[in-house]
Amino acid sequence: MRNMAGKEAREAVGEYKAGWHDPENATIRFDFGLSEQVVRDISALKNEPDWMTEIRVKAFHHFENRPMPTWGNMSMLEEIDFDSICYYLRSSDATENDWDDVPDNIRDTFDKLGIPEAEQKWLSGVTAQYESEAVYHSIREDLEQQGVIFLDMDSGLKEYPELVKKWFCSVIPYQDNKFSALNTAVWSGGSFIYVPKGVHVEMPVQAYFRINAKNMGQFERTLIIADEGSSIHYVEGCTAPTYSTDSLHSAVVELIALPGAHIRYSTVQNWSANVYNLVTKRGIAHENAKIEWVDGNIGSKLTMKYPAVILKGEGSHAEVISVAYSGKGQHQDAGAKIHHLASNTTSKILSKSISKDGGRGSYRGMVTVSPKAENCKLNVVCDALILDDGSRSDTYPTMEVANPSARCEHEASVSKVSDEQLFYLMSRGHSEEEALAMIVNGFFEPFTRELPMEYAVELNKLMALEMEGSIG
Amino acid sequence: MATDIPVLEISNLHAGIDDTPILRGIELEVPAGEIHAIMGRNGSGKTTTANIIMGHPDFEVTDGGVELNGENLLEMEPWERARAGVFLSFQYPQAVPGLQVGNFLRKSVAAIRGEDEAKGAEFRKRLKDAMTELDIDRSFLGRYVNDGFSGGEKKRFEILQLMLLQPKLAILDETDSGLDIDGIRTVAKGINAAIRGTDSGALIITHYSRILEHVQPDKVHVLIKGRIVKSGGPELALELEERGYEWLEKEAEKSA
Repeated sequence: MRNMAGKEAREAVGEYKAGWHDPENATIRFDFGLSEQVVRDISALKNEPDWMTEIRVKAFHHFENRPMPTWGNMSMLEEIDFDSICYYLRSSDATENDWDDVPDNIRDTFDKLGIPEAEQKWLSGVTAQYESEAVYHSIREDLEQQGVIFLDMDSGLKEYPELVKKWFCSVIPYQDNKFSALNTAVWSGGSFIYVPKGVHVEMPVQAYFRINAKNMGQFERTLIIADEGSSIHYVEGCTAPTYSTDSLHSAVVELIALPGAHIRYSTVQNWSANVYNLVTKRGIAHENAKIEWVDGNIGSKLTMKYPAVILKGEGSHAEVISVAYSGKGQHQDAGAKIHHLASNTTSKILSKSISKDGGRGSYRGMVTVSPKAENCKLNVVCDALILDDGSRSDTYPTMEVANPSARCEHEASVSKVSDEQLFYLMSRGHSEEEALAMIVNGFFEPFTRELPMEYAVELNKLMALEMEGSIG
Repeated sequence: MATDIPVLEISNLHAGIDDTPILRGIELEVPAGEIHAIMGRNGSGKTTTANIIMGHPDFEVTDGGVELNGENLLEMEPWERARAGVFLSFQYPQAVPGLQVGNFLRKSVAAIRGEDEAKGAEFRKRLKDAMTELDIDRSFLGRYVNDGFSGGEKKRFEILQLMLLQPKLAILDETDSGLDIDGIRTVAKGINAAIRGTDSGALIITHYSRILEHVQPDKVHVLIKGRIVKSGGPELALELEERGYEWLEKEAEKSA
């Protein structure tokens, strides 16, 4: 992306009341807090079409008037100070933190995970971009040859405005919830992907995203459209802790799987412990389409995330496999939502959570079957593993089945690591920490095996690190 | 190895759990290359003895010593004992869902015998040979540790670990229970292969003499109420089979 000089930016949007910070450094940064003007300014700065500006403004007003959710972790939500957040920031170097300010424990973890230093710095926001040009270009070229559109969301809007206009907010309207409204008002970055009819993107497209900082924005917006009979596996995030000085991360991800298409969206996120991660993810599956969310949540202060699938077309299928790890002072409120609107649709939810050191893990799930949907099959399994006495796990499963032909299965389990299990593993030469890591990684295995190899290896290492020093 | 230091030496061992004494002065020596059996009723302290040698954190040793080749085991953590050469075949092996057998075996061999022993063609060959000997199918490696295993599969898996880990001291806690006669024969073959003609020793804990017919212990010790009240050759196991434990309990009471 181009950087806009301060002067150019001022010309683009007029003088902002508090002025740009540091115009000399080509930094564009709004003051803290949000208003209709800020929203308009963001849109103007990006030279967006009017319809986008109008959606943003409507979304902003909806956000303002919409009360906080009355579930999840209300006391933690109330602590969010929306006036202390900077809603837009763009510069080649404005996002850079000082490497020395990155906490030792995070740098330590990078080293232990074997993350290359250049990538470590990018993950910590020390460098705005960590790019391996060769990888970036070869992947882009391959995809372009297949007619796949693969852009950051801002460029997508510029280059394919009609396509974006058709699908933007079509899965998640801004009125959906307070945070989808906030995201719609101030979104920046994220990915825009269109896979043409019948095209199969063979490799998981993660390399590009591991190295592109633009996707790690605070209010990223992602839209993936898989046209008829196409398929794509998109991988987002990485297992290394993402150090962010921004306290609020509120993304929206919309997936559209047209008839016979298959989208798999895999996420592993590991936010630093100051971050609120409040994300809305939803896909629509048309006839015989398949949508899978593979969603791993580690870190953050509070995560509220329930990847959803609307099974709109007959014979469509949804899967949500998620894991959550809550450590000290953390609450992972995660789960899944699936709506069976059409007949012969099937869904599967597997949710696994681990809590340790007083952490709290909640499974919150909803599966509905509409009256007209015949012969639906749904299967929900949620397992919790509690590692010590002060930690907590809750399940809030909801099933609303309005068609009696549906076949529903629900299983839930809560287990604790037993001394006998630890002793058994220790008797095979493994220290107590190693034994605990084996149990934890085993518990996550049904999730881990769905990930690309390097992510799986990293996640196992990360869990082993998390178990270090955890023995009281 | 020509040495007089026994593989296992237990002297005057007193131990219990939550202030309840269970072992009251056990004396036992297992020299290199020998297989000894401990027999006794439920509650006599057999499993406790095994757990204490391995270092189970629930038990407290109040007096006495346990040495492996002259090294004091009681000061070591369980994993240090394992690395020093102690192996326990559990009566109730624990399931670890999600942990694959193949991966677990490799990690355990690496932890105990060193990283080099756990990789390459040689390791794979040893693994394959041991599995063939124990009549274990290859698909076993992809299953999760003891998860959904039948009783017999669990016991074979314990012996597979024994064969790969090549301990100095193998303790087999009720390894024969839950096995049919073919299983017992297979397991006995594994034990003999791991101990006979080596520097290692074994302690077989059992209720029954069945397994001892196939292993032929050098010595049989009878444990009653936390004490070894009688030791003898293999014939003692047969005598116990015929006469039960009562006569020994009466003898023990008289001498107490």
